[in-house]
Amino acid sequence: MLAQFLQFLFSGVTVGATYALAALGFTLIYNASNVINFAQGEFIMLGGMLAVFFSQMGLPMPVALTLAILVPAVVGVVVEKLAIEPVKGAETVTLIIITIGASLVIRGLIQVWLGKGTFSLPAFSGNEPIEVLGATLQPQSLWVLGVTALVVVGLWYFFNRTLYGKAMLATSYNRLASELVGINTNWVLFISFAMSAALGALGGILVTPITLTSYDVGIMLGLKGFVAAVVGGLGNGLGAVLGGLLVGVVEAMAAGYISSAYKDAVPFVLILLILFFMPRGLFGAKVTDRV
Amino acid sequence: MRKSRYFGLAVIVAVLLVLPLFLQNGFHYDLVIRMAINAVIVLGLNLLIGFAGQISLGHAGFIGIGAYASAILTSHFNWPPLAAMAAGAAAAGLLAALVARPIFKLKGHYLAMATLGLGFILAIAMKNEAAYTGGPDGMPVVPMSLAGWEIAGEKAWYWVMALVLSISVWASLNLIDSPFGRALRALHGSEVASQVVGVDVVRYKVAIFVMSAVFASIMGSVTAHYVGFVTPNVADFFHSIELVTMVVIGGMASVYGSVVGAVLLTALPQALATFEGWETVAFGAILMLCMIFLPKGLVPTLAAKLGRSE
Repeated sequence: MLAQFLQFLFSGVTVGATYALAALGFTLIYNASNVINFAQGEFIMLGGMLAVFFSQMGLPMPVALTLAILVPAVVGVVVEKLAIEPVKGAETVTLIIITIGASLVIRGLIQVWLGKGTFSLPAFSGNEPIEVLGATLQPQSLWVLGVTALVVVGLWYFFNRTLYGKAMLATSYNRLASELVGINTNWVLFISFAMSAALGALGGILVTPITLTSYDVGIMLGLKGFVAAVVGGLGNGLGAVLGGLLVGVVEAMAAGYISSAYKDAVPFVLILLILFFMPRGLFGAKVTDRV
Repeated sequence: MRKSRYFGLAVIVAVLLVLPLFLQNGFHYDLVIRMAINAVIVLGLNLLIGFAGQISLGHAGFIGIGAYASAILTSHFNWPPLAAMAAGAAAAGLLAALVARPIFKLKGHYLAMATLGLGFILAIAMKNEAAYTGGPDGMPVVPMSLAGWEIAGEKAWYWVMALVLSISVWASLNLIDSPFGRALRALHGSEVASQVVGVDVVRYKVAIFVMSAVFASIMGSVTAHYVGFVTPNVADFFHSIELVTMVVIGGMASVYGSVVGAVLLTALPQALATFEGWETVAFGAILMLCMIFLPKGLVPTLAAKLGRSE
């Protein structure tokens, strides 16, 4: 009983960490620009696929992985420059469709370039499973959790202790006021896209040895990241992380105890229930509309 | 004003009457029929998105309900097609009415998320309930028959859809000009202001959501009978996105824009088929370019250029 429960918990927390990284990506961009970037999932895919590509090219693993984070970050910046900046302040629907267009372009290019195959990466430190109270834990899961924890701490430090981080937070509270005190809000937008693409790619790389990757994994992962961000209350960084873990665990539990066929439906049932009863997510701020 | 409204409808009817002279084969007919089906769905969706200002990213789910209601009820339970279609429409309308109240408390991205989630759940259910739906492989659907007369072949379908499309355009134009339509537009402009002048905001939102769901479900049934086969793809996320894109590219809050958007985006994949392997890239690029350079959509932008208010 306990062993089974732990097993589901481990797999849930591991995938949940990837959702958390994606949700953080959504949060960063949403705070900087009020845009929900539907291409976020494609950065997760890019991270995994590029890591496979660069490592198969024979590059040493650290170099390959670094490149697999940097290239998506550049792609994120290009998307921001070409597609988001020209339409600043457009309607929500317009922005949603532009980012969906961007995600189709990215996915299509990878499909043409690397094909439709499914790829894997070797686990970073072997496949020797660790026994915990009768359940087994893949070493790669520890990598996923550890790196995610480091990222969360790093982001916390960045936003609370550095001038650049505070400038980004200020922009999310009030763009005009931030511009008045001399913050370059275009720069903030630029950095947000780079950071969120890099976070997504990182998640994609970490989880590839466990879940494999192909050109079309981005949609589901991205949407679940979006669910996680909304569960936590859009714009709330800590909420995004907790939302990601919650979505991952609930999904794994439902797959294990109820029905694995409906695994992918679970996050969406969860989000509907939460939105029906708590329209701003679990940790969202109370907002009153100004007329 | 009124004259120019119906001018467009007259053009559509004229085009539909003359078009068969230029359609050389079944493939051409098929393309036009699918354009018309999409146009009717998009008309309903545009009432919701363009006029009432409420986004739905899960609309294909309602199409799926109609398609599968027709497929399952006619094959497993031997219902006549029209009854199955009505049952599907009722189910879609009921579901929309049930979820509408909690959903429309939400705004912006939360609303997008909730409708997207609803669509996903429907699509996954259709994929998984293989005993009834045939699972991911789909299932065959019997031909449409009306009072003993079977609609078969592209030509018959062409005239049926031409009629349905013309009536839908006419009905939409009238609806927008009615007190109901004015209330919707007021609601899009400012919910609070329309509440202040006595518009029951929630009731109108629910009504328009239910109506667009019923439109979508009926067209889902029609598609299922026309194609003779249905797969869970009718309900998937990408289909929902395609529909929203048709609304936005043609022009939000524009009846004729809906038709233009549906025609263009149905034709696009055919035009792109020559770029083997690059279709997705091209489709995405076109979406982005349209939204960046014509954010108001084709028809309103052109109408403004011609100095005529739509």
